[in-house]
Amino acid sequence: MSTLEFRNVSKRYWVRGSGHLLALDDVSFTLASGQTIALVGQSGSGKSTIAKIITQLERQTSGDVLLDGTPIPRAGRGLRRYRQQVRMVFQDPFASLNPYHTIRHHIERPLRLDRVVPKFEVEDEVRRLLERVRLDPDELIDRRPHELSGGQRQRVAIARALASRPSLLIADEPVSMLDVSIRLGVLNLLADLQRESRLGVLYITHDLATARHFSDEIMVLHRGVVVERGPADRVILDPQHEYTRALRDASPDPDKHFGAAAGATTTGADS
Amino acid sequence: MTSDILLSVADFSVVYDVEPPVEAVREVSFTLRRGEILGLAGESGCGKTTLAYGIQRLLKPPAVITGGSALFHDESGDVVDLTRLDAEQTRRFRWDKISMVFQGAMNALNPVLPIGAQLGDVFTTHRPDLGRRERIEQCAALLDLVGVGRDRLRSYAHELSGGMRQRVMIAMALALKPQLMIMDEPTTALDVLVQREILLQISELRKAFGFSVIFITHDLPLLLEISDRIAIMRAGRIVELDTASQLYRDPQHDYTRKLLASFPSLTGERGDFVRGERAAS
Repeated sequence: MSTLEFRNVSKRYWVRGSGHLLALDDVSFTLASGQTIALVGQSGSGKSTIAKIITQLERQTSGDVLLDGTPIPRAGRGLRRYRQQVRMVFQDPFASLNPYHTIRHHIERPLRLDRVVPKFEVEDEVRRLLERVRLDPDELIDRRPHELSGGQRQRVAIARALASRPSLLIADEPVSMLDVSIRLGVLNLLADLQRESRLGVLYITHDLATARHFSDEIMVLHRGVVVERGPADRVILDPQHEYTRALRDASPDPDKHFGAAAGATTTGADS
Repeated sequence: MTSDILLSVADFSVVYDVEPPVEAVREVSFTLRRGEILGLAGESGCGKTTLAYGIQRLLKPPAVITGGSALFHDESGDVVDLTRLDAEQTRRFRWDKISMVFQGAMNALNPVLPIGAQLGDVFTTHRPDLGRRERIEQCAALLDLVGVGRDRLRSYAHELSGGMRQRVMIAMALALKPQLMIMDEPTTALDVLVQREILLQISELRKAFGFSVIFITHDLPLLLEISDRIAIMRAGRIVELDTASQLYRDPQHDYTRKLLASFPSLTGERGDFVRGERAAS
């Protein structure tokens, strides 16, 4: 069990020519193992800044990020141990895997670096991880990323993230670069893994529909401020904040579009 | 009066002449009415972009149009078979009658030319008689029309947001008042709020100018909202073509049903998304 806590976190960027940009403004939330939270908001709302601070690719300007009550160490072994607990799946599976290396290498590295299993068990563990993400180890283990489809690559990226046995997973738009026909498959896989290992997942997305179905809660970010947080269905079906409502109304929703015309002659009710 | 039909495509086929040859578009037939928005949907590699490029004659080798015709019924009453135009005829025809908004607006503009100059290029090429002052005025008017504003004429692409760049691309496609605009994933890179603005803009412009649109995307929920009719493509063929509401309420083809199900509904049921149950694997 692990709990990640953001306590009054702010992040300011210095932009040449226009002064400070407040990317995150006093953000507080917790993410615990076994919990799935979707983080939604439009481009520039600060979603990725949160991901960068969680993974400590950026340091917050003020406020605290705590794992199980302890601030994240700034460097050294402590930071490495933290990163072992909190892993990230990136948006673009075409860019996040090294074209030089085999699939085996990608998954072996975290296993060796973090000494997850004894040396003689590494090979078995790689195979086990590939099987967990529903890939055939015999077929793929010695291939390189360019020989895999986008969906397969993203599964490899997920296997790599799981290698160090993290308790929290940050998934930044994990399916937006994939073809529509395989997106649900990858999301379903994430949902299964989340349940099997009681992972805490922060699902960063701009797609409200998958956010609703994938996660327990939705957190809406607008200009660096969390404007709404609540159970997924409630946030989408009965949004409290006008920004959430604007986001929802802008998302394509054929059910509503045609639903209005199906029952009665109420047309033109939309947009 | 000219006919109600703007474009009739019959048995259109495109082959990528590699080893082994790939039949990217197979005997596709459809008609497009004046002022209609026709959606073209399907997964990656189904041939939707190849079909659109083929109609525009934008395909490069190894792609070869191996058969069929694409008849364009001009406002003037002329009927032109796009597959039979020679190079010079094609050059003049393109953009004047059919324009295109390309995939990935973020990268489609030239980074080292101000957008005013890029818009101006369209006029220098296709309307050489136009004077300099008039040309600049036309470009400025176009930027006003799409809501970017004429004060941006001297801006470079990197100074504009993604939504503004996309609007510039639309302005460019509008420049010569074409009768057909082909839009290839015009809003895919944009977030939902900006996407919605752009779609409203397209529909207003269509009302004002009466052009037809072929709108290519894999985002079926979006297509269902904006299209009059939708063609579902798979493996180079159109497997189903119907009005948006018919397609949504009563899809005939299994693949259409599968595609519809791969988008979880925003406010309705869950489709193929099985959270809460164990995935049968």
